[in-house]
Amino acid sequence: MFEITDPNNIQLNSEGQLKHFITTEGLSRELLTEIIDTADSFVDMNAQQVKKVPLLRGKTVVNLFFESSTRTLSTFELAAKRLSADVLNLNISTSSTSKGETLKDTLQTLEAMHSDMFVVRHSDSGAAHFIAEHVTPNVAVINAGDGRHAHPTQAMLDMLTIKRHKGDFSPLVVTIIGDILHSRVARSQIHALRTLGAAEIRVVAPNTLLPRNIEALGVKVFTSMESGLKDADVVIMLRLQKERMKSALLPSESEFYKLFGLTNEKLQHAKPDAVVMHPGPINRGVEIESAVADGPQSLILDQVTNGIAVRMAVMSMSMSGQMTEKNLKTEA
Amino acid sequence: MVSGTLSVESLLDKMLSELKTLLIHRQIDAPLIIGIRTGGIWIAERLHTELALESPIGTLDISFYRDDFSQIGLHPKVQASHIPFATEGRDIVLVDDVIMSGRTIRAALNELFDYGRPSSVTLVTLLDLQRRQLPIQADVYGSTLSLGPNQQVKLTGPNPLELEISQKD
Repeated sequence: MFEITDPNNIQLNSEGQLKHFITTEGLSRELLTEIIDTADSFVDMNAQQVKKVPLLRGKTVVNLFFESSTRTLSTFELAAKRLSADVLNLNISTSSTSKGETLKDTLQTLEAMHSDMFVVRHSDSGAAHFIAEHVTPNVAVINAGDGRHAHPTQAMLDMLTIKRHKGDFSPLVVTIIGDILHSRVARSQIHALRTLGAAEIRVVAPNTLLPRNIEALGVKVFTSMESGLKDADVVIMLRLQKERMKSALLPSESEFYKLFGLTNEKLQHAKPDAVVMHPGPINRGVEIESAVADGPQSLILDQVTNGIAVRMAVMSMSMSGQMTEKNLKTEA
Repeated sequence: MVSGTLSVESLLDKMLSELKTLLIHRQIDAPLIIGIRTGGIWIAERLHTELALESPIGTLDISFYRDDFSQIGLHPKVQASHIPFATEGRDIVLVDDVIMSGRTIRAALNELFDYGRPSSVTLVTLLDLQRRQLPIQADVYGSTLSLGPNQQVKLTGPNPLELEISQKD
């Protein structure tokens, strides 16, 4: 675990612009809205015949994955390439750390290659923050998921998906269901939804998969699907993080599905036009019924598409924030 | 130095006449018109109607191609460009409201060439502010305009199309 200090001290430059993206926590509504609006522009661009723009031409993006994730790595790689950056993918768990290199050594080596951006995924909470504190100036750090702490780009792609389908956040009841305890996605979603002004945020989970004091994040807690789903506008399912569970927190997957799996029958408690989301990869028949995952209310594939756009937005905004700060320092 | 509001109708008539002559001279009988957002699209629509072209209008938003990205960042709410035809080997008429430094047109040409290699590009602008920083010139323009150091010009529209000249804050 790494220590996490005030995230805004490190995420924003002196002009209040994004220069690292570590967490959605503490960022202003204006900045989150700017991320959504910029990403929205990239969604349209990604649907065009030519899907590449020169915003990060000449920049080098290093995907620094200490924890493997094919889907997240792919979307970050594609996002960087669509911004015309050069991309280096490093799976650190199987290379440098096994040779005894420390994290700081690894960073220094990569900085010596004149990298401009690190996209960091790590199993320890606070790792991206630690790296942002220790990189040389002008290198942007994007958190691609750290321990149980944060997964801000996943949260923002969910916000973009909600915005594109529901418009305004203020009347929305959003229900997040599943393994809240181990979910960095849920934490980032809750912070973003609160800042964007969602009317009500609910979490639904068995007691063993709920963090202590989760209410302090401003959510209503339910342990029954029926009451948690009642009149919901947005239903967000989470993946069971079995790899992060240190002990048996569930009696069985089939028991979990019976009580907390989303079926069409349970979905009837939500509003008729409710949308269903899941960060993927989905465990069919564990978290969600196939008929729901592939059904008309599902936005799961939209989330994947929007994920590339959000990562393009965050990468271009943070690189712009880095360059603005550099220019300000040069002028001073 | 001028100030106030200017009608663009007489300028459009002049531009249309010169564009028709130029297209005949260049033996272009089926041009494709592309307007640069926002003002350029309004001008392009007027030229498109007057030339009675059958092909649709293309639109370019050059925000992702600007060379001052590092200074001003990325404007959120960029609208995607829309080129509803193949540009390869075609004759393009590229339309903007104002040419000043030439950087917008450079960005537009860069984006345009990502769609293919046109046979030719003819540049049409309503106003030439004659403050060029790049060697790019309009083939057809409505008028030149010399603004004072604290003045700016803005095209409002689309109906009516008017030029507003004002003092900067």
